[in-house]
Amino acid sequence: MSPEPLLSVSDLRVGFATEEGVVQAVDGISFDLRPGEVVAIVGESGSGKSVTAQTIIGLTRANNARIEGSVMLEGEDLLSASDSDLRRLRGERIAMVFQDPMTSFNPVYRIGDQIVEAIRAHRETSKGDGRQRVVELFEAVGIPNAERRVDDYPHEFSGGMRQRAMIAMALALEPEVLIADEPTTALDVTIQAQILDLLEQLNRERNLATILITHDLGVVAEVADRVLVMYAGKVVEEGTLDEIFYDPQHPYTWGLLGSLTRIDRPRPHRLPQIAGSPPSLLDLPDGCPFRPRCPHEFSKCPQYPGLEARLPEAADHRDRCWLTPEEKKAKRMVEGQIGLEPPPEVRQA
Amino acid sequence: MTRFILRRLVAMIGVLFAVSVIVFVVFMVLPKQNPAQTLAGKNATPGLVKNIEEEWGFDDSLPVQYATMMKKVFTGELTSYKPRLPVDDRIIEGVPATLSLAIGAAVIWLFFGLLLGYLSAIRAGGWLDRILTGVSIAGISIPVFLLAPVLLYFLSYKLEIFPNAQYVAFSEDPYEWARHLILPWFTLALLSIGFYSRVLRSNMLDVMNEDYVRTARAKGLSERKVMTKHVLRNSLIPVITLFGLDFGATIAGTAIITEAIFSIDGVGYYAAEAVKKFELPPIMGVALYGAFFVVLLNALVDIAYAYLDPRVRLGESASE
Repeated sequence: MSPEPLLSVSDLRVGFATEEGVVQAVDGISFDLRPGEVVAIVGESGSGKSVTAQTIIGLTRANNARIEGSVMLEGEDLLSASDSDLRRLRGERIAMVFQDPMTSFNPVYRIGDQIVEAIRAHRETSKGDGRQRVVELFEAVGIPNAERRVDDYPHEFSGGMRQRAMIAMALALEPEVLIADEPTTALDVTIQAQILDLLEQLNRERNLATILITHDLGVVAEVADRVLVMYAGKVVEEGTLDEIFYDPQHPYTWGLLGSLTRIDRPRPHRLPQIAGSPPSLLDLPDGCPFRPRCPHEFSKCPQYPGLEARLPEAADHRDRCWLTPEEKKAKRMVEGQIGLEPPPEVRQA
Repeated sequence: MTRFILRRLVAMIGVLFAVSVIVFVVFMVLPKQNPAQTLAGKNATPGLVKNIEEEWGFDDSLPVQYATMMKKVFTGELTSYKPRLPVDDRIIEGVPATLSLAIGAAVIWLFFGLLLGYLSAIRAGGWLDRILTGVSIAGISIPVFLLAPVLLYFLSYKLEIFPNAQYVAFSEDPYEWARHLILPWFTLALLSIGFYSRVLRSNMLDVMNEDYVRTARAKGLSERKVMTKHVLRNSLIPVITLFGLDFGATIAGTAIITEAIFSIDGVGYYAAEAVKKFELPPIMGVALYGAFFVVLLNALVDIAYAYLDPRVRLGESASE
């Protein structure tokens, strides 16, 4: 691939010691992020996607956390960086937008002041200049009456406006990497679209490399270049947007795609879903952790395959499933579209 | 904000009116005994009782009686009858001592309570936290009537580090003022130090899990800034409420025991003496005085609250 990666995560492992044992939230994740690229990490709750994102900027550092592997930002390893070095990077080179804009601002300070605080943590700026910068940022992210709204408190903003303000804060120091952790999950669908448009526009205009964490493949389809599908702390499939959407290799990905509701298809009798729930990270099954929920389980599954390219024509499209490409092609078609067959007991009901 | 303060002060006057009516009803209307008899105190002569009956107008209707009582309170004519001494003057004389005691104790308990709570919270789970937890719980558990004599016996009588109580006016000798008050201050503050440090610690641990604290870290703020500007500031809001109520209660009541034990000639001491001698007018006067401070501090708490948490000011913009 052409340009050098800006951020390179390799074999990242994050475990938390709990009273019941070690929870291996992230188990050997690797990916590269190039300037201007949008990498989406997709998965259900508890798949380790948010922990991955937060570990990159050191927010999961704690006494009970065991973090291994490496996260290189242009040659500097962030995992071994000191707390104060990492602090200097946060906001300045890597910024983060969080899921819930309702709770991500401190309710007792004016929004403008909270953004100025972020600027002043890194730059010697007067409060007045900082405020002026916030007005510009508000205009850039499409907050009307920017001049007046910088002095508002968070409770005076709507959810969508708060998320715009969050993004404005993330952009304040012109970072190279933006980590958006479920940026649209807490918003109305119409607002979601506006926020995605905004992220895409920033990505295009500022060449902002973005890691997008989401459970919503609809969001992924809008903006991502590359997609990582995570399940139980591991990547089960990764590839370009087209590869994941049109030639998915892993049954879990089929399940995610099949549970998308689409307006260009007839309305299904009941919304498709993946049967069962994600396994407890304290008690993972042997081999493939998706095995208990997978209708295509067979004799090889008690062994977990590595993340490998299994298609001769796509070297960067990797997955962890033993089925042959031909079998996959046949099995992923459910009622004329990609999906995961429901397990027998559901089919009969 | 101005509107909010004005509204709060008007409400305060309403509450004070209600309190004075309750005091009137409790002391003058409810008791079956002739109120003049009660006011006169034990072993009063029939002549004194008759005088009081006329003076207070107990033949008038209740609203007029209430007005007479309030007029006495406000014009300083409320007196105790054995011997005949003006109540208001005596309360005003006692206020400096009581306020010295209460304010000093409050400064001490806020300072140490917040300091220990903060240290405990940022070291949660560590050895310092455990020690401070033990100290706090000990402080909460020791009652004033036990602590005060013990301190007095050892530090003042045995070791003679501190003088045996009494009150020296600040204007007379600031050093002696403080030296005489140190034991009473700490006696009064100890319980609250323990209590406040526990409350602040648990508030801070709750706030540390808030999303906006994670945001503050993600912005690249230093850990100290995250703790003081975001965690501590937001954790203080409930503490302020508690403080206003406790401080009012200290002035109005809690100081009575401490003043009595350390023979500090303040309002609480006066009230304690009045109870002993069964003198009603001072008790009424002190009740109204106490109510005034409790209500005033409640109003101040609300104003401080609105200052600290902008969401509280919402009522203001809604009414505009």
